[in-house]
Amino acid sequence: MILEAQDLRHRYGAYVALDGVSLSIRENEFVSIIGPNGAGKSTLINVLTGALPPTEGRVRFKGRDIGGIGPVALARLGMARTFQLVQIFPDLTVLETLEAAVVSRLGRGLRLFASLRGDRAVRAEALEVAELFGLADRAGLPARVLPQGDKKLLDVASAFTLRPEIILLDEPTSGVSTADKHAVMEILVGAARRIGLRSIIQVEHDMDIVFGYSDRIIALHQGRVLADDTPAAIRADARVVDMVIGRGARMSGSPPC
Amino acid sequence: MLAAVGIAAVLMPLLAPLYYVTLMLPFMAYGVVLLGFNLLFGYTGLVSFGHALFIGIGAYTGAVLTTHLGIRQMEVILLVAALAAAVAAAPVGALCVRYVKIYFGMLTLAFGMVFYTFLLKFYRITGGDEGMRLLRPYLLGSEWAGFNKTAYLVGPYYYYSLAVLALATLVMWRIVASPFGLCLRTIRDNPVKAESLGIGVPRYRWYAFMISAVYAAVGGALLAPPTGNVDPTLAYWTHSGNVVFMVLLGGFASFWGPLLGAFVFIFLQDTVMSVFPYWQLVFGAVLAVLVIFAPGGLMGLFAPRPVPLASERG
Repeated sequence: MILEAQDLRHRYGAYVALDGVSLSIRENEFVSIIGPNGAGKSTLINVLTGALPPTEGRVRFKGRDIGGIGPVALARLGMARTFQLVQIFPDLTVLETLEAAVVSRLGRGLRLFASLRGDRAVRAEALEVAELFGLADRAGLPARVLPQGDKKLLDVASAFTLRPEIILLDEPTSGVSTADKHAVMEILVGAARRIGLRSIIQVEHDMDIVFGYSDRIIALHQGRVLADDTPAAIRADARVVDMVIGRGARMSGSPPC
Repeated sequence: MLAAVGIAAVLMPLLAPLYYVTLMLPFMAYGVVLLGFNLLFGYTGLVSFGHALFIGIGAYTGAVLTTHLGIRQMEVILLVAALAAAVAAAPVGALCVRYVKIYFGMLTLAFGMVFYTFLLKFYRITGGDEGMRLLRPYLLGSEWAGFNKTAYLVGPYYYYSLAVLALATLVMWRIVASPFGLCLRTIRDNPVKAESLGIGVPRYRWYAFMISAVYAAVGGALLAPPTGNVDPTLAYWTHSGNVVFMVLLGGFASFWGPLLGAFVFIFLQDTVMSVFPYWQLVFGAVLAVLVIFAPGGLMGLFAPRPVPLASERG
């Protein structure tokens, strides 16, 4: 058990966003969290990543309570996250972005007078990640000029550079064209294997992506866990199909079981 | 290019008219101030409207040491000015960096005004609005007794200032090219993303604030001796405004922009003042034109064309 949440509740004033959510993520699992708008997905992510302290309940990462510990401490513990809206450093090059992540991971950020250019270890690792994500030929370009798909990849790549044990991806393919979505996911999953990432949690709306990559799916509805099961079982669950996936949604390429 | 500028600066006292040589003195002092200011502005993304506070600390350090305490070694003055600024900047910065954008600017402005009022009202210590005299500092342990005031300023003091500016530039060059400098730029571009990469934003901002305060104080300490007098206007908010102006003029996006801005500001101010008493009027117009037509400042005009956007590449 790498990440565990027990009976999480979170209220914004009178509004209950999370109403007793329990879940656990094991090692080497790819888990997707799905749910309609307002189901509490964003709040759940923020609580699971220590960005928000839960009103009640506990989140444990490797046995340690991480409720509200904040992003910096979280990164240090070995959990990384990406955001729904792509987050980049517009004026930094691809290479600089990845170097910053390496510098942070190695704890070298407060070296005021050391030469970054002279730090071969940092440069080599940044290049390695750029290669892994197919960004090596654009390493010298400022992030702001990259096409949207590459920005998304850079965002994820920089999080991967922290070599986390677990990563939480908030809609990894949002804003990416349908044609590129699978390519993005393939790069991402391949890179995860290469860097030895143990588990991936994603929040995703695209059911093709959800059913195509997940070992397990957790469906949220009105702040509660509606179902927590394998993709096959989820697909067979009439309530989930009704309330979360929607009858109209077509799962192309994957006939119902 | 850089070598040419360096050689010109070294030869200037030998070749240029005396008057222009004396104008180089405030330029070099502000150069040091701006190097530090731009670490905060251009590299960390925080605009301080209260940097005159630290310039004032530096200048008054020289006055207090030379007139009250009889300490006249410039090296000691610079060191004490740097320490005093660091001590003042530690709590001020720790508070200010918790805020960003206009709130950060307003807080720094407020602290600057507090210090200005202190200088003005505690006249027993500071001489109030008349300020304090500052005796000629000894350079490298020598009084340079054989030099009259002008000869001292355009000779030993000029080269002393130039050496301090060169050293300050070198140190700053290293800082911005260090892993620390890179982390500051991540914070400038996107603090949320920086934190998610494990970069502790407040601490980095705090360090940048203190470094820039130390630079401002060293610059302030260099600024005062040529006039031989310090007064509270050194710490007034319009002085902070001038610092911001110089950086915008030169271009905050480039390492050398602020130095160019200081240079152009000093010489332009002198030229305009000699023909037109309301120089602020002209400078206001210049600022407006800059912001609208050349937000990258003078350096921005020389910069290579920006990389085309993805959408423009077709």
